[in-house]
Amino acid sequence: MDAGLTAAGTTGRIAPALDGLIACPECDLLMSRQVLGAGQQARCSRCHHPLYRPRPEAAVKIVALALTAGILMVGALFFPFLSISAAGETHESSIFSTALAYSEGYLAPLAVAVMLLIVLLPVFRVGALIFAFGPLLAGRTPYRHAQIAFRLARHLRPWAMAEVFMIGTIVSLVKIGGLASVSFGPAFWAFAALVLAVGVMDNLSNDWTIWDALETTR
Amino acid sequence: MLTARRAGLVGCRSCGRVWPRQQRHCGRCGGHLDDDRGASLQRVWAWLIAGVIFYVPANLYPMLDTASLLTGDVRNTIVGGVIELVHAHDYGVAAIVFAASVVVPITKFLAIAQLALTLGRVRPWRRHRRHRMLAVVDFIGRWSMIDVFVVAILSSLVQLGSLAQVHPGPAAIFFALSVVFTMLAAQAFDPRLIWERDEAEAA
Ligand SMILES: [Zn+2]
Ligand SMILES: [Zn+2]
Repeated sequence: MDAGLTAAGTTGRIAPALDGLIACPECDLLMSRQVLGAGQQARCSRCHHPLYRPRPEAAVKIVALALTAGILMVGALFFPFLSISAAGETHESSIFSTALAYSEGYLAPLAVAVMLLIVLLPVFRVGALIFAFGPLLAGRTPYRHAQIAFRLARHLRPWAMAEVFMIGTIVSLVKIGGLASVSFGPAFWAFAALVLAVGVMDNLSNDWTIWDALETTR
Repeated sequence: MLTARRAGLVGCRSCGRVWPRQQRHCGRCGGHLDDDRGASLQRVWAWLIAGVIFYVPANLYPMLDTASLLTGDVRNTIVGGVIELVHAHDYGVAAIVFAASVVVPITKFLAIAQLALTLGRVRPWRRHRRHRMLAVVDFIGRWSMIDVFVVAILSSLVQLGSLAQVHPGPAAIFFALSVVFTMLAAQAFDPRLIWERDEAEAA
């Protein structure tokens, strides 16, 4: 169900404390904070941007999915990704060799970029989320920089392109078509599972109540 | 409608906390408190122009260089690759590549330029539509990277000696840069501009 947040200033209160207010990131509308139960959702009353969407046990699930994604990434890196064979010739590729396809001459910066987009940034995001939410699981107060880690994980989301890479793989297979037969290595399945884990993880962390959970009470 | 700006405050776009207007960084999440909408618009234009410029060589140079016994040495541009897929009757994938490499980039250029040019001349009831347009542009930009990955996957996989070999072409780096610059242009576009320009509060 939707619960529109009340716009500040329409409630008649005078100069509420700053931490009782929030501003919509999309339209700047000033609103007073509300406490919502699980399953409820609050949107900005002007632009309808979703703000709060508390989900039960989000921290536990996020850490579990992040750990899963991290382990899958290790598997994806050290197993064969795809293998091709035609007329007796066989060749295998890995995630590393895929990035290194651009290592020739002036294309080399692109090899670094591909490595960043499909391996390093996803790993960094997963690590940042484990750092931010890990202590919550143990019932402790979050680390001092937990909120910075969470912000970076969210900020870098568009640049971690594991799922775009997965679609690229499918397009590649079609392009090879009848030219040769291609088989999937364990890294392909690990990467596909990783995309799913990261997708669910990001969906769970798309909620502003998490900022309150990460509040380091001093 | 009371906005953070009108109240003399600045809202953090990462976590929503509001701070006094002169503060530079969010005290909760460390996010940069961007209050200069004019600078936002300048960054949009700079990234957008860079994106458009790099899109030109991305389409003129070959993206993929295929040497095989059957076909000889074939160098394909982005559009050439799509045409090849159409000839092979792989219409679905041809559509995906064409959408990701041609339709999405060009639509993004036009959409961002239109959003930037018509600020302040938007009728209030159209704001929702324009806001959604910016969100869509921001969301789909990264999918243009598909072709860069396809070239990497094919070049690393199809290494079958004299039978068939695939190598990346120079267009790949121009195309990747064009996508990155256009993503940065969309990210630099502060959606708050759409909502406040014609409220005489964009100081
Ligand atoms: Zn809003
Ligand atoms: Zn913040």
